[in-house]
Formats: sequence, C-alpha cells, structure tokens
Amino acid sequence: MTTLAPARRRQVLRQSLSVGIATGAYGVSFGALSVAAGLSLLQTQALSLLLFSGGSQFAFVGLVAGGLGGAPAAIATSTLLGLRNGLYGLQVAKMLQVSGRRRALAAHLTIDESTAVGVAQPEERAGRLGFWATGIAVFVLWNLMTLVGAVIGDALGDPRTYGLDAAAAAAFCGLLWPRLKSRDAVAIAGLAALVAVLVAPHAPAGVPVLVAAMSALLAALWPAAHRDPAPPHHWADEGREADR
Amino acid sequence: MTMWTAVLVASALAFALKFLGYVVPAQWLDGPRTSRVTSALPIALLSALIAVQTLTGPSGSLVVDSRLVAVAVACAALALRAPFLLVVVLAAGTAALLRALGWS
Repeated sequence: MTTLAPARRRQVLRQSLSVGIATGAYGVSFGALSVAAGLSLLQTQALSLLLFSGGSQFAFVGLVAGGLGGAPAAIATSTLLGLRNGLYGLQVAKMLQVSGRRRALAAHLTIDESTAVGVAQPEERAGRLGFWATGIAVFVLWNLMTLVGAVIGDALGDPRTYGLDAAAAAAFCGLLWPRLKSRDAVAIAGLAALVAVLVAPHAPAGVPVLVAAMSALLAALWPAAHRDPAPPHHWADEGREADR
Repeated sequence: MTMWTAVLVASALAFALKFLGYVVPAQWLDGPRTSRVTSALPIALLSALIAVQTLTGPSGSLVVDSRLVAVAVACAALALRAPFLLVVVLAAGTAALLRALGWS
C-alpha cells in the first residue's frame, strides 16, 4: 500500500473539513426545527447522534410536528429516505475494507457527504482518508450545530412567528434541488407533489407522502426514463465532479 | 407510541440500512430498474414533503398562505446558487415578515 504524499493528504483533509463545515452549518436549522416540532432537546440530539442522516432527520421531525399520530409515517419516510445510505455502503465497502467494530463505525458514518468525498478521490488511499475525515467532520459539526440550533429554537417560542414552518419546507427544497438534474427527475418530483396534495385531505398525516413516494416506482417501469445519478450535494469548493 | 420510541426505532432502522450496505453482496441490488427506483425515491419523497408542508393546512386541505411565498423565495435563492443556510433563513424571514404584516 503506497502512502499518500503530504500535500495530497492536506488537500483531501481540507476538502473534508470544508464539507463538514458547510453541512454542520445547516445542523443549526435542524436543531431549531426539531424543537419547534415538539421534540425535546435530548430527543433532537439523539436524532443527530443516532439517526445521523440529514434528509431523514428533517423528514422525521416534519412529520411528527402535527402530533404523535404522524410517528409511524415519520419512521417509514425517514427509513425510505435512508435507503440510499445502504446503497452508498455497497459502493464504499470495497474501498474501505473494514470489519468488526470499524465496520459498524464506517456504516454509521455512511451518508451523502462522506460517500461523495470518498468516491471522488482517484486513489483508493485518498478515498479512504476522504471518507473517514468527512464522516467524522460532519458527525462532530452536525451534532454541535444541532445543539446550538436546539438551544436557540427553545428560546424562540412560537415557531410560526419566525417562519420556522416555512424554513422546514425550504430545507427540503435545498435537499431536493441538486437531485433535479434531468427531465425525468423533475417529472417525478411534480407527480409526487401533485399526488401528495390530492391525497392529503383524505388521509392521516404522513400517509400522503408515502403514497406519493409510489410515483417513484413509475420511474422504474417507464421504459423511456433515464437513469439519474444518485447525487449528493454540491459543495462550493468542489474541484471535481463528486457525483457517481 | 412515545416520541422516544419513535426516535429510537427510526434511528435503529437507519443504522440497519447503512450496515446492510456493508454486508449484502453488491450484485443483489444491481440492475437498471432497482437503481432507477432508488434514485427516484428521494426525489419523490422530498417533493411530496415540500408540497404537504407548503400547501396543506392542519386538516390536510389546500391552504395558500405565506409559506408558498417563502418557498418560492427559497427556490429563487437556490436557482441563484445561494448556500443552504441562506436559503433556509430567507424562507423563514419571508414567512415571518408576511405574518408580521398581517398576512397569514
């Protein structure tokens, strides 16, 4: 196994840290939204520590915001959104070559960001470094910023006064935006939104989202549909295409 | 179900999925159909979440209020490549401002 040149090592670490900072920054909005949705500070922190997957966490708190009746749908939606982490695991497992406790730790850190930085490196050694450094940086900063957001959110009072309900929808827009890379993606998004709004008056909270998710199946059956890459986020400082 | 149960169950399932990626043989999930569903799923889920959170009231009926304007501002900011945090802050600020002006 060749070692990494110090300059190259610093380059990977710098990329990992900047991704960690960018991701951590919106941990603030998660923390604030979560306490606004009625979770305690401890429950909010538990989600960031244990669930540790931004999209799933935002979805979870969004769906329990209307009351615990939304909890089953919140769990289901969060889990469906987490499916992609399992696919990332398939991608990075070969590169990481881990077993035992390190494998469990690697699995926990397998998210959009760590996978993107890891697979973007041309050398396997740099890929491993990028995966671990990004995973750890995002984990630490995401959790710290969740705490900051939860404390701020707790102090604010009625979330509607500060537009925090709209902030939740905007957060989902931010997560969806980089995925709308093709006409198929836009069509799926439009269909899902339409189905969700049509079903909403006739179903308990959370169910419309799950029904709308079925429109994703159409994408698989539609013969003319193109395959979208599973895209992680964009980073501001990204030197190369991190997707794929 | 208590909130704690929900939090812990969701967390356990999230970890189980992540871990599965490391233990199942990679060829299980090969194939264009599977990959189309798995890349389309987050798109459909996120879009449906946006629609429900922006356009429906507590009873699930269609409601047009300041949230829609806020999300439009968020999308405009995203189109201009604004960073995530700014997008969220702009949306919250828009809704807060409209409400302070007396528009629901």
